[in-house]
Amino acid sequence: MSPLLSVTDAHVAYGKVEAVRAVSLEVRDGEIVTIIGANGAGKTTLLNAVMGILPLKGRVSFAGADLGCLEIEDRVAVGLSLVAEHRELFASMNVEDNLQLGAFRVSKVQAASAFERVYALFPRLKERRRQLAGTLSGGEQQMLAMGRALMGAPKLLMLDEPSLGLAPIIVADIFRTIGELRASGVSVLLVEQNAQAALKVADRAYVMELGAFVLNGNAAEMAGNARVAASYLGFQSEAEHTI
Amino acid sequence: MNTTIMLFLMQDGITNGAIYALLGLALVLVFAVTRVILIPQGEFVTYGALTYASLASGQMPGTAGLALAMGIAAFGFDLFVQRRTLHVRRLVRSFVPNVVLPAIVLALTGFLVSRHPPILVSILLSLAIVALIGLYLYRIAFQPIAHTSVLVLLIAAVGTHLALQGLGLLFFGAEGQRGPAIADAALTLGPLRFTGQSLSVYAATVAFMVALWLFFGLTLYGKALRATAVNRLGARLVGIRTTLSGQIAFLLASLIGALSGILIVPITTLYYDTGFLIGLKGFIAAIIGGLVSYPLTAIAALLVGAVESFSSFYASNFKEVIVFTLLIPVLLLRSLAAPAVEEEKD
Repeated sequence: MSPLLSVTDAHVAYGKVEAVRAVSLEVRDGEIVTIIGANGAGKTTLLNAVMGILPLKGRVSFAGADLGCLEIEDRVAVGLSLVAEHRELFASMNVEDNLQLGAFRVSKVQAASAFERVYALFPRLKERRRQLAGTLSGGEQQMLAMGRALMGAPKLLMLDEPSLGLAPIIVADIFRTIGELRASGVSVLLVEQNAQAALKVADRAYVMELGAFVLNGNAAEMAGNARVAASYLGFQSEAEHTI
Repeated sequence: MNTTIMLFLMQDGITNGAIYALLGLALVLVFAVTRVILIPQGEFVTYGALTYASLASGQMPGTAGLALAMGIAAFGFDLFVQRRTLHVRRLVRSFVPNVVLPAIVLALTGFLVSRHPPILVSILLSLAIVALIGLYLYRIAFQPIAHTSVLVLLIAAVGTHLALQGLGLLFFGAEGQRGPAIADAALTLGPLRFTGQSLSVYAATVAFMVALWLFFGLTLYGKALRATAVNRLGARLVGIRTTLSGQIAFLLASLIGALSGILIVPITTLYYDTGFLIGLKGFIAAIIGGLVSYPLTAIAALLVGAVESFSSFYASNFKEVIVFTLLIPVLLLRSLAAPAVEEEKD
């Protein structure tokens, strides 16, 4: 079976500076894939380019079709969704309106069932549905951003640093929800600096350094990899001690 | 000055202020959604007024033909953009609103103009013609450069203003025109006499504001428009096309402009270039509202109307000067109160 998302030999540049170089990746149906790496490695740039926010040189195909000439809005319509790093909520509108607009491209019937699903996933949002998005706490805003993306019934949800700036207990909550998405058939591409949490929830992982993938493989194996452990999990492995 | 004169001036000011409020709201809306400062708003006023006056006097307005010509141009733009991926369905979706619709309106206008249509039909036809012009104006002049800076958009706005004004001279000539009143009845309240026309101005203004409020508060498209105004990228990420929002904003703005024109042309004689000055006063109200606040804009518009009417009584030669001088203290205050903001990039 062909993968849901496949990126082949992607380059993304800001002017003359290449932020992403010759990157290839795949996300299969129902998979949770994570890209981990340090600040400035090019993870966000890659996600934005896949979404169509930045121009990308290379090939991106989604569900068997080439995305090359599609605008952001059309990528949303085919089932690709991005929860951006800055969440991009409609701050002066209430929670319910934000969610309703998330279902802008789907039918009314689908939207109604999506509301139920999202409120079941994030009961907090239901409690606050009349509150303005801009007045929510950071964690609630992250939930709203994810909920809004899910309202459009995406096949692939791309999450950019969902744990950024959140309290540990809320981070745990967010990651538990990401795990739950697997059961509802949504594939996830997760970009994270919090490698430990990301590797725990993901099936496979890519490690990004200076705009290129340096390692990839099964998430559990990656968590055991000496280089990953030393650079991203914050402890030295046995192997390195012996050198 | 006695109370009667003061009340008269007040009434006059409020009537004009209501018109400026409508125009100011349209400017705020268009700027919030598309970042365009809509200089050609005044031309929508002129076109609406003079199209209505022409229809009422049995002359064929040139604007109906202009709508078709601009529609064909807009279709050409769509065709060019889609030249690599030509879909029949998409072509039809562009052909119907851009070519078929204005052709129908043109045919209808030609058919009705010699038969002395009732006032309501003339109004609806004028609104339709100008609304279409506004829609195509966005497609032709602003959509292709939607991603550029506010300054570039402003220059384009000035350009379209000059072009439309020139066309207005061509279509309607240099002489002023007046249109028939919408309502002839009058109401006397103490020393004040309300003409049917000024009552229709109030009614139309209030009705339009309520309609706008309902549209933005309750409908999905209204919310989508607000969403684009609040966060352009966020709106695109949920699948709201910036171009769709821009089209709706321009459609509303041209509709409001045309309606304002139709409301005032029975009261004052309008020339091909009068609309610009009227639009500018709406613009002052919008500036006082900071180009973001709808309620502040509406209140400021009433203030502009009142200042104008009193200054035309006391110093009629300096009427415009006094009104536009209002801007200076407001801008001063705003620049002192708000820190310098770098232009948003996206």
